[in-house]
Amino acid sequence: MPRAFTPKVVTANHLLEGDVIYLTAQDGWTRDLAQAEVLTDEADAQLRLLFAEQQPTTVVGAYLADVTPGTTGPEPAHFREDFRRKGPSNYAHGKQEAERHV
Amino acid sequence: MYNYTEFDKSFLAERNAQFRAQVERRIAGALTEDEFKPLRLMNGLYLQLHAYMLRVAIPYGTLNSAQMRQLALLAEKWDKGYGHFTTRQNIQYNWPKLRDVPDMLDALAEVGLHAIQTSGNTIRNVTADHFAGAAADEIADPRPYAELIRQWSTDHPEFQFLGRKFKIAVTGASEDRAVIKAHDIGLQLVRQNEQTGFRVLVGGGLGRTPMIGKVVRDFLPEADLLPYLEAILSVYNLLGRRDNKYKARIKITVHENGIETIRALTEERFARIRPSFSGVDQDLLPGIAAQFATPSFKSADTAGFTAAYAADPVFQSWVDTNTAPHKAEDYAIVSISLKAHGATPGDATAQQMRVMADLAHRYAHDELRISHEQNVILPHVHTSDLAAIHAALRDHGLATANIGLISDIIACPGMDYCALATARSIPIAQEIATRFEELQIEHDIGQLKIKISGCINACGHHHVGHIGILGLDRAGVENYQITLGGDATETASIGERAGPGFSADEIIPAIERLVYAYLDLRENPEETFLQAYRRLGLDPFKSALYPAAAVAAE
Ligand code: HEM
Ligand code: SF4
Repeated sequence: MPRAFTPKVVTANHLLEGDVIYLTAQDGWTRDLAQAEVLTDEADAQLRLLFAEQQPTTVVGAYLADVTPGTTGPEPAHFREDFRRKGPSNYAHGKQEAERHV
Repeated sequence: MYNYTEFDKSFLAERNAQFRAQVERRIAGALTEDEFKPLRLMNGLYLQLHAYMLRVAIPYGTLNSAQMRQLALLAEKWDKGYGHFTTRQNIQYNWPKLRDVPDMLDALAEVGLHAIQTSGNTIRNVTADHFAGAAADEIADPRPYAELIRQWSTDHPEFQFLGRKFKIAVTGASEDRAVIKAHDIGLQLVRQNEQTGFRVLVGGGLGRTPMIGKVVRDFLPEADLLPYLEAILSVYNLLGRRDNKYKARIKITVHENGIETIRALTEERFARIRPSFSGVDQDLLPGIAAQFATPSFKSADTAGFTAAYAADPVFQSWVDTNTAPHKAEDYAIVSISLKAHGATPGDATAQQMRVMADLAHRYAHDELRISHEQNVILPHVHTSDLAAIHAALRDHGLATANIGLISDIIACPGMDYCALATARSIPIAQEIATRFEELQIEHDIGQLKIKISGCINACGHHHVGHIGILGLDRAGVENYQITLGGDATETASIGERAGPGFSADEIIPAIERLVYAYLDLRENPEETFLQAYRRLGLDPFKSALYPAAAVAAE
């Protein structure tokens, strides 16, 4: 039996701002994980990653991150992605400071 | 203080203009990230978890007040109002924007600072004893040699693409405050037959394979320093492994080939290249040394100090804990703690930086140092000025009397910032400091160094902490491994792993058990944690960490 595919999102850092962004289903980028496109098929995920990598003047270091689908959108599967979603724990800086869109 | 020459200034200006153009080309899409990354790293610019990070070198940890004020300006204008001082005597800004970085570098150049060779496989910022030029136990100020090495190694064509990064530390004292035994090359100034020279150590390092440096030359005459360093680097450049990044540091080269082979090859190479060193470097040295001349110390009445010391227990405790003996009469070395209980180790706000700059300017011959322990030093303070300094520090959250104590923790940025991290380190440091402040026992515990890294790279020096904490990722959960008995000084040793790791919730109680065990086990209050550990070995501490009840319950 083929291994179940863990759902993913495409994430990267923004070239100019350096902050964490996620690919949306509308081919745009969001700073809010809940708005990210959830990819449930491996081939599709690879295509979306390629799409992201073709935008070198917007994004840096695109990769696929595991998520768990939730009622209000995808949730990070690993604590590293949880920190990327929120910001550091020693100051209320980063995403927890402000919510904006690209 | 070393003042940069016209050559340095035009070199910096040219380098910054070059980088500005590279940033423009990256933004325009003319450079790919693969092309740009090595260029930005050469200029100290990393991309971290939440943002870019700019690492600024503070050569041998020495700053004047104008430079410190400029660091404050950068924090305020282009970052979030603070900076993070690191174990490499650097400062890191955690939130710069790509477009702003060239302006930041220009602002740094105005005061002779830069971010060159703070990254990449080059000879990194040369570090030195943070008490250099002031310590009572020093043979000579090591910083002129550090500066000479900086001039020789900056942009040295042979050493821009080494097998791996290369770190050199220098001390002029017998008490090692510069961790020279955990550096690729460690240099200790020594005197032999009226002659000044160096004891040269090679092959120390931390990271995933920690090693204590070995003596390659017992006495190297001062004049042979650069050719000898060049010989070591050439041997390393040829012999060092390039097949595996994790085996590429010189510590592995020394370990795999043996110190005898390295010594023989180095001496052979040295003999060959020594004649080509015309002595230009030695002509430079007196000029450099003159710039580090000891300031003209004052004499003043110390009765006020004696009275304040007797009358104010808070001041007394700060003096006892945060000052060290100075070579000049009635002078002291002041360590300003950037480890207020519960704060992020090594962080200072722009305002705090300005306060420290003002104090240095007013009372301390305009000098500041950054210590590898992530604190700031005022190296030359007359005791009659201590009370005024303490009062000013207290008003700005900088008067914590905890230097060398359990809350004076080294912690790397960990998963809160670092893209390589496997767990957080900062919150663990914050919680330990807060807990022991609540217990009010840290002065009773005495000298105890806790060092925390958020991954195996060991930027937080955990291997050489009396108690080392390494944050790992165990099946998607943060887990903290404890090592015991490490030592970063002249009696250096690598800590021993105590046993299975602890969860984020368990690690603070575990440290508490360990410390109470030490308090029970020590022969008297003078026996430090490390001494007790060396006398008793791992077992009694292990029993405290893993009580039978807890083991049985698993
Ligand atoms: C945040 C970005 C950082 C990155 C990407 C980074 C990366 C690394 C890596 C990969 C190593 C292992 C090198 C090896 O074993 O070959 C290392 C070691 C080290 N780093 Fe960092 N580091 C960072 C921050 C820091 C900070 C903040 C400090 C100072 C507090 C620091 C000081 C050191 C030290 C002292 C070592 C161990 C000494 C040695 O090189 O053997 N690093 N770092
Ligand atoms: S030890 Fe690891 S987590 Fe900490 S700063 Fe170094 S690379 Fe990052």
